Amino acid sequence: MRVELEKISKSFGPVQANRAISLAFEPGLIYGLLGENGAGKSTLMKILSGYQPADSGRILLDGAPQRFRSPLDALAAGVGMLYQDPLDLPPFTVLENYLLGRRGGLAIPRRRAAGELRELGARYGFEVHPHERIEDLSLGERQQLELLRLLSGGARLLILDEPTTGISAAQKELLFNSLRSLARDEGKTLILVSHKLDEVQELCNRAYVLRKGELAGEAELPCPNKRLVGLMFGQLPSRPARPRPEAGPPRLELRGAAVRSPRLRTQPTDLQVGAGEVLGLAGLEGSGQELLLRACAGLLPLAAGELYLSGVPQRRLDYLTARQLGVHYLAAGRLEEGLVSGMTLSEHMALVNPNGLFVDRAASKAQAAERIRQYQVVARPRSRVEELSGGNQQRFLFGLLPPDAQLILAEHPTRGLDLRSSDWIWGQLDERRKQGAAIVFLSAELDEILERSDRIAVFFAGRLSRVLPAGETSVDELGHLIGGGA
Amino acid sequence: MSRPAWLPRLWPLLPSFVALLLTSLLLLAFGASPPLAFGAIWEGAFGNQDRLLTTVAFWIPLMLSSLGLLISFRAGLWNIGIEGQFILGAIGASWVALSLQLPAPLQISLQMLAAMAAGALWAGLAGVLKRWGVHEIFGGLALNNLAIILTNYLIAGPWQPPEGGSFRGTAPFHADALLPLVGATRFSVVALGLALLAFGLVVLALRNSAWGLRLKALGRNPRSALLLGVSSRRETLLAMAFCGALAGLGGAVRVLSWFDSLRQSISGGIGYLALMVVILAAFRLLWTPLVAFFFAAVLSGSVVLQLRTQLHSSLGNILTGVLVLLVLLFGNLDSLRAWWAEWRAGRRRS
Repeated sequence: MRVELEKISKSFGPVQANRAISLAFEPGLIYGLLGENGAGKSTLMKILSGYQPADSGRILLDGAPQRFRSPLDALAAGVGMLYQDPLDLPPFTVLENYLLGRRGGLAIPRRRAAGELRELGARYGFEVHPHERIEDLSLGERQQLELLRLLSGGARLLILDEPTTGISAAQKELLFNSLRSLARDEGKTLILVSHKLDEVQELCNRAYVLRKGELAGEAELPCPNKRLVGLMFGQLPSRPARPRPEAGPPRLELRGAAVRSPRLRTQPTDLQVGAGEVLGLAGLEGSGQELLLRACAGLLPLAAGELYLSGVPQRRLDYLTARQLGVHYLAAGRLEEGLVSGMTLSEHMALVNPNGLFVDRAASKAQAAERIRQYQVVARPRSRVEELSGGNQQRFLFGLLPPDAQLILAEHPTRGLDLRSSDWIWGQLDERRKQGAAIVFLSAELDEILERSDRIAVFFAGRLSRVLPAGETSVDELGHLIGGGA
Repeated sequence: MSRPAWLPRLWPLLPSFVALLLTSLLLLAFGASPPLAFGAIWEGAFGNQDRLLTTVAFWIPLMLSSLGLLISFRAGLWNIGIEGQFILGAIGASWVALSLQLPAPLQISLQMLAAMAAGALWAGLAGVLKRWGVHEIFGGLALNNLAIILTNYLIAGPWQPPEGGSFRGTAPFHADALLPLVGATRFSVVALGLALLAFGLVVLALRNSAWGLRLKALGRNPRSALLLGVSSRRETLLAMAFCGALAGLGGAVRVLSWFDSLRQSISGGIGYLALMVVILAAFRLLWTPLVAFFFAAVLSGSVVLQLRTQLHSSLGNILTGVLVLLVLLFGNLDSLRAWWAEWRAGRRRS
């Protein structure tokens, strides 16, 4: 099936996730859709699979314009999407899940369906036991079932969203073989959404790269990783290195520290950050840097290893203890993790600077007004935080940081901000650095990491692969390293 | 489209009106006259001074429990276990009443303190269970059942009246243990004073205290609250304990003034009723006493309804139940308008 997207645009509030994107997918080929977090690839694929409508633009299947009201609608037209977390119901059996979402009469043809399912499995090389429960299966096996369900539902275009996250190497091999045969022997169209460059190179015939909601370019595969990284992050002007200050006594030290999540277990990591130093964590999304940053604040437990704050070992650190030791965490989602919707700026001030048993309204209002002036927040003390723009929320969050912060851990400190706000935020962080705070941040913007860090820690596949001085590397080298190059 | 600011404030009146209408239809279906029935309820709640005082006496424990729920809801907790905390309060007060004999003021103060401690303990248990991964709704329900079983055990066993167990209650407490009542009613001035004091304290805590602000942050966004330095562990336990203490106090008032002994089904569902009160009042501080009073009036007035019209007194329960259901159904003005817009859009499509 030939699939065309014509000038698809989609906004969420002030954020334009997709901007007039036009793409074409030919039958029998496997496409990679690449882009960093926030580039707009998930939004675009959700539109194509009927999960959400576009604001404007058209979807054409074999030349005929389509209008999907739901994923079921899309599947009926031949478009199926395999989500990162399979959309199955864990307490049900394999067979029951397979039958879900089917249109049909009251009587369920269990025996016939079980036979059908086994046959399908055999055809694509998957082992299927219809009466097993979903909750007893591995993520990879659940994915295989979901794939079978989509294929039996008549999918001729298959979209796979990060299908290799959390599955074993053997399962990945199996999956890739099936996908190749689907394209080659059955003429299906496949789209692999990923930011794992080597997998895209291995499997796909062609790649489309999105950046900041727009099509940044396309490439025939295989091609040098450098070219893809260049498209993902853009061509960067080289900037003069700024003078590197001497790092002071260590604020944060990791010795053999490892963190575990359901999807990833990081390798033991050694890392040291000194007072007055800025460390940037680089890596493709999900390479382990996010987990480690959270563990440094006590927001995630360490599975192994030791953590020292200002030279003092911390056992079973929790965030409130860390906070008392001067550690502050700035999460990427400001209204999800940071500010409390429904509360005013004054109330936030009173919350972080408690002044006895009772709230001194006049004092907290004065403090809020002071921060508003000092941090150039466009708001009033009695504004609720959700009424502020993203940039103003971020400025206010900085205003809530106490002056004696020792270690500031920040996720994407300037995500979604315009250039002026970004510069301003980094000015603030630089001030903190001069006052002796250590700063560790992660970002999806390679140029931000290169420009703002003193040292850069590169993560790949759960492992800290390199630590290098920012002045001695380039975008090219960094791109090569985060793509898994040695 | 703008709407006047007073409209959302008066919003609970619409579901109230619809509830009245539905109940009237129900009455008509049973061949009764709605004006007569509602007149009887009014008469039963406010007909003379004694009836008014009885209504207030019913209102006091309901009010105390509702105040406690304002605290736990503010922290984002669904304290269904309030019923059990109320019962434990009654048990705590009864324990002191049955085991000590002191001068009345001291005796009663001790009973109240024991009741608050017992209620707080029961609520704290739900809070600890929550930390171990048992949601407070399920933990609360289990603890409610345990509280009932504990009451029955005490009545049938250790606290059995000397003349032999009737399984219905303990022997009446001695006179110094009971709250002094006004005339032939079950109304106690001391209990009213406590309820008003508690109201003042809760308003102060939620509106002006730093603790109230922490609870608000926790209830609205626990993740952000943590990053702003609020300990969810500590505040959850405190909020639960505070709520449990108020419910326990309600339980004490119930055994020491409405009744004179610990009995089976001592709470009469007041804990669950309080949940309905607070939901109907949309968690607002000043609406809560009014809504609680409305509930008290309808329920205590329904007794006269039964005497006068042969209708069962559960009509009061039906009225309040329908009311809460309608408020939950309509939610708020915005969701109703969204529903209306969708319905119209649906009609245009087809």
